[in-house]
Formats: sequence, structure tokens, C-alpha cells
Amino acid sequence: MDTTDIAASGRSFSKGLGFRKSLMTLAASVMLATSAQAATPSTDEVNTTGLAVTDDTVTVGILHSITGTMAISEIGSVQAEKLAIDQINASGGVLGRQIDFVQEDGASDWPTFAEKSRKLLRQDNVAAIFGAWTSASRKAVLPVMEQYNGMLYYPTFYEGLEQSPNVVYTGQEATQQILASLNWAAETKGAKSFYLLGSDYIWPRTSNKIARKHIEDKLGLKVSGEEYYPLGHTQFNSVINKIKLKKPDVIFASVVGGSNVAFYKQMKAAGIDFTDEKPLLLTISVTEDEIRGIGGENVDGIYASMKYFQSLDNANNEEFVAAFKEAYGDDMVIGDVTQAAYLGPWLWKAAVEKAGSFDIDKIREEFAGIEFKKAPEGYVRIHENHHLWSKTRIGQAQTDGQYKVVFETEELMEPDPFPEGYQ
Amino acid sequence: MFDGYTSSELMSIFAMQGFAGLSLFSVFVLMALGLTIIFGQMGVINMAHGEFMILGAYTTYLTSGFFQSYLPGLFGGYFFIAMILAFLVCAALGALVEWLMIRHLYHRPLDTLLATWGLSLIMQQAYRSIFGAREVGVDLPQWMLGAFNVTDLVQLPINGLFVMIIALSIAVGLYLLMYRSGYGRKVRAVVQNRPMAEAVGINSAGIDRATFALGCGIAGVAGAAFTMIGSTGPSSGQAYIVDTFLVVVFGGAQSLIGTIVSAFGISQAQSTMEFFLSGSMAKVLTLLVVIGILMLRPEGLMALKVRR
Repeated sequence: MDTTDIAASGRSFSKGLGFRKSLMTLAASVMLATSAQAATPSTDEVNTTGLAVTDDTVTVGILHSITGTMAISEIGSVQAEKLAIDQINASGGVLGRQIDFVQEDGASDWPTFAEKSRKLLRQDNVAAIFGAWTSASRKAVLPVMEQYNGMLYYPTFYEGLEQSPNVVYTGQEATQQILASLNWAAETKGAKSFYLLGSDYIWPRTSNKIARKHIEDKLGLKVSGEEYYPLGHTQFNSVINKIKLKKPDVIFASVVGGSNVAFYKQMKAAGIDFTDEKPLLLTISVTEDEIRGIGGENVDGIYASMKYFQSLDNANNEEFVAAFKEAYGDDMVIGDVTQAAYLGPWLWKAAVEKAGSFDIDKIREEFAGIEFKKAPEGYVRIHENHHLWSKTRIGQAQTDGQYKVVFETEELMEPDPFPEGYQ
Repeated sequence: MFDGYTSSELMSIFAMQGFAGLSLFSVFVLMALGLTIIFGQMGVINMAHGEFMILGAYTTYLTSGFFQSYLPGLFGGYFFIAMILAFLVCAALGALVEWLMIRHLYHRPLDTLLATWGLSLIMQQAYRSIFGAREVGVDLPQWMLGAFNVTDLVQLPINGLFVMIIALSIAVGLYLLMYRSGYGRKVRAVVQNRPMAEAVGINSAGIDRATFALGCGIAGVAGAAFTMIGSTGPSSGQAYIVDTFLVVVFGGAQSLIGTIVSAFGISQAQSTMEFFLSGSMAKVLTLLVVIGILMLRPEGLMALKVRR
């Protein structure tokens, strides 16, 4: 789906919302007449800080890139957040109010993200913002959220080393994604040596730092190489030669974006067959979304460490996938971050209802322990450090572009954004 | 830096890296030749060169889809058809662009830079609207996927060899066209002295259009070749354009031979350094060396002698 489609679906969506709103008003007046009004608390009670809350609506913000280089990744998140809002509205809204949203385009440009978040908080007075994707865009938005006391629900797996009273992190921080998967490779696959490979920016470098510490100090195994290539790099022949020569048991890959297409095609062309698992490739950056561009036959047999795969076999996920495809088309695929974005509006709703108020300060008191039992990934709970407890899963890529889950941690992993001894 | 490798391993390393360098070299040659022709013969800096490459790549993508749906039996050979189509589509668009836009700007070389940059943005947005913002994957026929095993360590990817053959054929073809054909003589005549060339009856406007179309067509073939090794997305063209300009400027912007020499130098240097240093560091060092040499030879490696 391209950006114009997104805009169009946004428009038709808000038209639908308008219609539903008038239905709601009708329903509300009927309810008034039958004096069953008690369910909806008065606006003065639930909003003491001037947020955009009326007797029947509450406004939130969606802030992602729908243009520019990051649109490829962020469009899935926008779709998921709109779907969640739509579903919440259909089930009666939040504190008896329908959710209205204002969507802004961060345009893959970090200053624009900061500007638009300021606009959403100061001008639209939104009660929550669902958005940002790259760490750079989050870091740009963060000071604005803290200055005006907004609340951001951030969906991407990321490098950790951050915790803000104004952000809820619905993706995994680094240890949740990495440690369990390295343990799995060592224990189940008997891996002895690891080759770390990534794109050259903060997330892969921090992730590999944590991975190296864990491999060398905790597992007592060997890192046989560590390598970074510029974003957008398309020639991987040299590193493929190095890998052939050093014969690591595991290639631990955090190459991002279009580079992945070149990387996996050239691996395959160089005669490396991942279904042999010699070497085994473990990625933390290739979701179902990326596979669409890389081509299933080029990634056949690789392993990915995520918390969510579209193929997860549980009732919540079945419903979620069906609803997502109904809303956006049968050929849609759902990646890890898209699911994490879907959690945002639901967790916000749970927190608002637990606090009995839209006020950010009151909600913040209630975050710890909030759970969402209908999460497509199974079940999630918010930790007091504003990250989620979640399971780490390993999936093996199939030629059809889907992952088959081969491992999951028994327990939810505790989020640890400042891992001791790993920095 | 050579620690930990046995001498036989070092031999393999140099063999493999030499080959990796040659693949990179052919990629550079494919990218840069179209740009060199247009700049060298017409003085136009085509900022939309990367987008023409991507047009070739999308043409290949469509052709592969067509063969899969309607002619699955002939899928093994679709790539040759795709290359021809890519050349024709890009050349046709190139001719159209020259007629609509470029020919009005010949007296203002800096404006062609702006105009073609605008064109590149328009083309990118068009790809985004037509094909979507996500990258598309192009399936390759089975015979193109494997590798020749020379020794245990040294393997030559078939698609790498194939890109090399394409690059070589185009370079030789271009040389013959420019230096051994009537068309080439006319092009060179127009470049050297436009009024005189017109006086002897050469249609200089037609030569301009054909040359621009030729450069764009070669970009299209390059794009078709790149679907074998890289990604195809609306903004992938930008990933190539910096390297392309680097090669062209370093080689001496007017010279076909200079372009080839510079592509060879840069690719081998980068490939060898990539093995012993990190990927990012290799790129930085390559850039530093290029800048250093350009400070000594501002006209590039093989500048034509021009009268001032």
C-alpha cells in the first residue's frame, strides 16, 4: 500500500467515524432518556488538565512517517494503530468516549517529528501520542513530551538505555530480544562461535555490544568477527568471503532496510544454504515485512529473534490477523513492530480505565502491572520501568515468507533497559 | 593485519577479494557509463541517472512477473528479454525528457542539474505511487543462483560473473559505437564544434537526443543487472548515485577510458581494504584517497586536453 492509499483510507475512516459519532450521540440520548447514564463519568472528573476530551470524544495523535525513506517501515504501524482505535471504538470507546485521532507525518525527518509532536500536544491537546519508529525520531520527540507532559507509546524494538516517565515502550529493549536467542543458539544448536554483523548506526552497535558481552562473559564462547556497513550498502561480497573463511557457527545479523535484499541475495549466490544451518543465521532485524522485499527463497532457513510472528498460533492472533487483513487487504503481512504498535491504544485504554481519568499524571501512577490479555503475542504486562514483560521467540523463515516458531521462552522476560555489566 | 591467516588462506583471500573487486568494478562501470556519455558528450549532469536505473529494475520486475504468470516455461530466459525492454523503456523516456526539458537548457548547464534533480524526485514519487513504498523482490531463474567452486574457499557466484559479462559487453559496444561508427563520428564532431558540424549537414539536435537516450538506456540495463544483486525500491537510485558521481569525477568526467580506469581503481582498493579493515572504514579511506588525488589532478585521472 502506498502513501496515497493510506491518506485515502484515513479519510474514509474519519468519515466512518463521523457517522458512528452521530449514531453514538443518538444512542446517548436514548440512554439519557432511560436514565442509564451512570456508565459515562462527567468530563470535569476525567480531564482536569485541558486535554481534548469532550462528553463523547477523546482525541489522540498518530505520529509516523508516511513519506520519506522510513515510510516503508512505519506504514504498518499506522495501520495497526488505526485498527486498534477502530476496534476500541466499536466496543464502546474509552470511559464512554469515542476515540478521534489527528494524524501527522514525521516525513522521516527528526526535527519534523519534534515539531509535529509539539503541535499535537500544544494545539490539539491530544491525550496520548502513538508514534515514532527509529531511535532518532524518538530521541527528537522525547524532550517535547517531557516539556509538555505528553505520553508517547513507542512500538519499535530498540537498544534500551532509556527510560522516561513520558514514554511507554511497547517493543522489546535489547536484552529481551538478544539474550534468550543467544542462549538458544548455544544450548539447542551447540553454537561455539559467533560472527556479528550490522548496519552502521546506534541500534546494531549497541545490540552487538550486548551480544558480545553475553557470548564472551556469560556463555564463555567466541566472537570470531564484528563488522558494520553503511546504511544502504549493497556490496557484501567481502564480508561473505570473511564468513566463509572464519566458519562461524552463527551469523548474528542486524542489517537494516534495503541492504538486506542485497545481503541475502548475495549470500545465496555465494552458495550459502541456510537450511543446512552451517553457518546458522540469526537476525534481529528481518521481519515478515522485510521478507516481502528480499524474497522468501533467499531467506529460507534463517532464524529471527522477535516477540511476535504473524504465524503465532493462538486465538488472539488469529482474530488480529483476520481483522488486519479485512481492513487492509489479504496480501498484507504483519511484522513484529506492527503488532507492538497495535498494543499502544489498547494499553492506553486499560491505563485510562484503571485510573478513571485521562490525566497523564494519574495514568502514569497506574502503569505498573497493567495487562492486556487479548494481545496478539499472547499476553503482555507493563513493568514499572514502562517497558513490557514479553516472551522472546525464535522463528525459522519459510519460502512463503512466514516464520515457523521453533522456540519461545517459557516465562515472560523482564524488561531491563539498563542491563548491568552489558554496557 | 595479516595475522592469523595461513599463507594458503591469504592466497585464497586475495583471489576471492580480487573477484569481489571485479564484481564491484562491473557494477561501477555499469552505473557510470551512461552518466559519462551524457556528461562527456553533452555537458549535462543527469541527477536522475539513479532513477533511470531503477526504472530498468522495475521493468525487469514486471517482465519477470509477466513470464511467471503467462510463460512459466520460458522463465529461465526472461532476463535477456528484460534487459532489452529495460534499455528500450529507459531510452524512450530519455528521448522524451530530452525533447520536453533538456534541449531548452543546453545554454544553462547548472540549470540542467536542477531540472534533472526535480525530475528524479518526480520519478521517485511516481514509483512510490505505482509500485508502493516497499521494496520489491525480483525472482531469478534457478540457473543464475549457484556458484562455481574453484577451490573449497574460492567460489565465483554466477550472477556476479553475469554482471561482469554485461558490463564488458556494454563497454566494448560503446567504444565501437563512439570511435568506430558514423554515429560516433557525428557525436564527436558536434562536441568539438557544433556550428561547423551543422554546416556540414549533421543534425545536431537529433544527435543530442540520441545521445541522451543512449545514456538513459544504458542506465536501464544497469538497473536490470542490479536486480540480481540488490534491492529495488523507489529511493534505491539514490544509494547508487553518490558512488556513480565519485567514479565519473575521479576518472575525468569526459573520458570513457578514464571512467573504466577509475572504476577499477576504486573497486579494487575498496574491496581489498574491506577485508582487512571494517566496511565503513574502507569507504572512508577510499574517499580520502580520491579527494587527495583530485586535489593533485582536479580534472580527474584521464582528463581530455582542452584548449582554454
